[in-house]
Amino acid sequence: MLRYVAKRLLLSLVTLWLITTIVFLMVKLLPGDPARALSGPQAPEASVEALRFKLGLKDPFFSQYWRVLKGLVTLDFGHSWRNQRIEVWKGLLAPALFRSSKLAGLAMLITAPLAIVAGLVAARKRDTLIDRGIVMVGLATSSIPEFVTGALLAVVFGLNLHWLKPIASIPRHSSVITQLHYLLLPALAMAIVYFGYIARMMRSGAAKALESDYVRTATMKGLTDGQVIRRHVLRNALAPTITVMSVQIGYLFGGIIGVEAVTNYQGLATVILNAATNKDLPVLQYAVIVIAVIYMAATLLADITIAWLNPRARLDLDSA
Amino acid sequence: MTTSSDQPAIEVVDLHVDYIVRGMKRPVLRGVSFTIQPGEAFGLVGESGCGKSTTAYAALRYLPRNGRISSGTIMIDGEDVTRMSADRLRSFRARAASMVYQEPGSALNPTIRIGKQLIEAFVVLGQSKSDALKNSLAALRKVQIADPERVMGRYPHQLSGGMLQRVVIAMALACDPKLLVLDEPTTGLDATVEAEVLDLVRTLRSQTGAAILMIAHNLGVIRSMCDRVGVMYAGKIVEEGAADTLFDEPRHPYTVALLHSIPRSGMRKSEHALSTIPGTLPPLGADLPTCVFIDRCPLVTDVCREVAPELIDIGGGHLARCHHHDQITALEEIPGPIAAAPSTGTEILSIEGVSKTFHQKGHKIPALVGIDLSLADGETLGLVGESGSGKSTLAKAILGIHATDEGSGLTLDHHQLSGSISKRSAGDKRAMQIIFQNPDSALNATWTVRRILARSVRKLTGVDREAGDRKVTALADHLRLSPRHLDMKPSQLSGGLKQRVAIARAFAGDPRIVVCDEPTSALDVSVQAAILNLLAELQSEQRTSYIFISHDLGVVRYLADRIAVMYLGRIMEVGDTDAVFNGPHHPYTEALLSAVPDVDGAEHNRIPLQGEIPSPADPPSGCVFHPRCHRFIEGVCDVAEPPLIDAGNGHMIRCVIPAEQLVELQKVAR
Repeated sequence: MLRYVAKRLLLSLVTLWLITTIVFLMVKLLPGDPARALSGPQAPEASVEALRFKLGLKDPFFSQYWRVLKGLVTLDFGHSWRNQRIEVWKGLLAPALFRSSKLAGLAMLITAPLAIVAGLVAARKRDTLIDRGIVMVGLATSSIPEFVTGALLAVVFGLNLHWLKPIASIPRHSSVITQLHYLLLPALAMAIVYFGYIARMMRSGAAKALESDYVRTATMKGLTDGQVIRRHVLRNALAPTITVMSVQIGYLFGGIIGVEAVTNYQGLATVILNAATNKDLPVLQYAVIVIAVIYMAATLLADITIAWLNPRARLDLDSA
Repeated sequence: MTTSSDQPAIEVVDLHVDYIVRGMKRPVLRGVSFTIQPGEAFGLVGESGCGKSTTAYAALRYLPRNGRISSGTIMIDGEDVTRMSADRLRSFRARAASMVYQEPGSALNPTIRIGKQLIEAFVVLGQSKSDALKNSLAALRKVQIADPERVMGRYPHQLSGGMLQRVVIAMALACDPKLLVLDEPTTGLDATVEAEVLDLVRTLRSQTGAAILMIAHNLGVIRSMCDRVGVMYAGKIVEEGAADTLFDEPRHPYTVALLHSIPRSGMRKSEHALSTIPGTLPPLGADLPTCVFIDRCPLVTDVCREVAPELIDIGGGHLARCHHHDQITALEEIPGPIAAAPSTGTEILSIEGVSKTFHQKGHKIPALVGIDLSLADGETLGLVGESGSGKSTLAKAILGIHATDEGSGLTLDHHQLSGSISKRSAGDKRAMQIIFQNPDSALNATWTVRRILARSVRKLTGVDREAGDRKVTALADHLRLSPRHLDMKPSQLSGGLKQRVAIARAFAGDPRIVVCDEPTSALDVSVQAAILNLLAELQSEQRTSYIFISHDLGVVRYLADRIAVMYLGRIMEVGDTDAVFNGPHHPYTEALLSAVPDVDGAEHNRIPLQGEIPSPADPPSGCVFHPRCHRFIEGVCDVAEPPLIDAGNGHMIRCVIPAEQLVELQKVAR
């Protein structure tokens, strides 16, 4: 097991290097001149040229690439180009990451238990109205884009009913309760979108387990339905669900620009969007890499959890 | 056989079960009645779809989600199982009834340790955790598991099939049940393991006094285990009686046909073809107003079409549902011999020193070790041995699917064959084909039969489309596939027809050698008979040679001209079929033969094999069979591996004990 984790971590390093390279190349290929964009259209060419030198844009290709890699290894991401006084990590990425984690964590906390229970119920009541209802709701909610859901929630619960804060601009030094109050709306928007995915995975996993011979054995032992579900179905049904959830954690951190924009929440996605429009290349590069790291960590965590749940998966890991 | 005439342990009366298929009620059980006395074992036999499993599961009221008990009663202990509340049913399953399943590997939860699953069966009876633990250990000892503490800590995938079935049996006996249902408990296990599990059940039977309801398609197993037997067809019991009487003097045409389709008492293809049952099983839920067997019965008369026969007592508790039960003796075993063209003895395939070593995590796993064999044209070579003996690996090595080790020699028609299929010529590929055990996964499910065959014909023979189509039609005709089958997809065909398609595919390029890897293991006996007949006919017409892998020794004996017995990747014995079956035997062959339960009820002393087949990665010293051998000689067998020694007429045995001495020893053992 330990050997497997070590192997996976090493492999993650390779992945990280690949991602860094790809991100670097893509950023290089972005149209437009960062120095010009930063200086504004009216700035004289001489000062723009000076900025180019200053930012290292005139350096040879490989030394620019080397700088990015070195920044990653030494964990020194440098300063923002947009505002030279702001450090990329301390001033921008770390706080954004913290905010995103709060939001993603809350969204998962809401959606995962609900979706797992809904999936189990649907599997238990296969081909009944309850099952169809759950599947339909799941399909419907996951096919509406999250910014639409977010906007809808903001209008209904924020502006009309005043239950939730439509804008998630949390005042400084506010209590956990206040923060939750602000966060609930964007978190709900995300939770609603991902409910469907998780519930569907759980339903199919649980349905497969319920049809299995070992559940038959458990039933024939005279266990109650609850005992059969808790002891025999859940463990076996969870594996695919966990995999799906781990992928979604990645999305929740990086892909929810819609929700962040609608509710004006300054998460990682907003930072990336701003960095891209402003040609703030160090911020953009390292933000994308941070999200990649989150993805990899989530997947690794999921695989370890699955191995912990299922001894046969453990066997596969050892021979992997 | 502690039959008591008091209250029966279970009394099933006029049980009707329907499956709801697309909103339509399809009857699966059409009035099944039987009783089992405490301590009695009752067997249900019949081919797939006859309703035997449905009956067994209905007894514990566990039906598929679309299954309904529409009428009838199942009385156990004065209570009707069909009317129990959910709570009562749970406690009935926990305390009064248990089941042992087919495929113990999937019957246990793969993610939970054995101990926890076993303890559960005791806790459900209201025992404390510590009592349950104590009783679980005792239960494992009772099913002859030597090291119960260790087994309790294992996960199911870490145990062999035989061990798992012991665990399931221990679980089933946790509550000292009044009714024990055994659903194909040994199907899928090796004959040697099967014999051990059956021995165990026999031993435990005398201790529990439970009534046993046993389902099996293997008639030999049923005969050796059960006091009384019911034969089911299309949801009805058509014959019932004491096991010996029923198998020796069957009184229903279906029972007779079933028994005739099994190759038994040393039947050989050169003597006669197997008899088959014409027609097919009526489809699920078909309308059967009178006799259920009417469409396939050779004795059918007008009365059969007008009056539904009742299950009547024809003497001594022997019941038959047939108007003509007194004319059964008229049913001779009809088929004549297959016009077998004996092999000319020309060698076409020679296997010399073939080895195959797998590499895993830096370990060498020798799966085949120095195999020498030869195959003549029109000859069938049977490969037998327990699972893990290397039969399939050898077949794959011959086909080139597993590239053989350096120094292995494969010669086809006097030219060297490459060890790897990718390096073989089109002609060599065409010369060797394979038929798999499971046609479902061997045929492309999204293609029609015509397309499957046409592709093989064109790929193998390189003819153009038109000639290919003609060949497909001819091939289908030859294998008695009707033109309507050609435009169907495999899923629309029955198991027997699918296997026919697979055989047609293998014969598409007029092969010299066809490897048959358990081709009839998944089929019912009447279908198996038809497939074996077909294989024998094709062979006599086309002089094709077969390498025939099977765990069913009766089938191998029927079809094979020569037999090779394998163990741990080595040939332990090889010779003409008669020589191998009549002896002298290698001690391993002796054990294999003794493990087979006989339909004819012949008693033989079983030679138990000790322990489990060792890992090929770490083979025992000397003779690889010595740790399990009942004729082990210390200081000899564990020192050096004996060579194959000729016991006369090319009958080779890998044993240090001389052939003459083996004959003597084995005469005593019988």
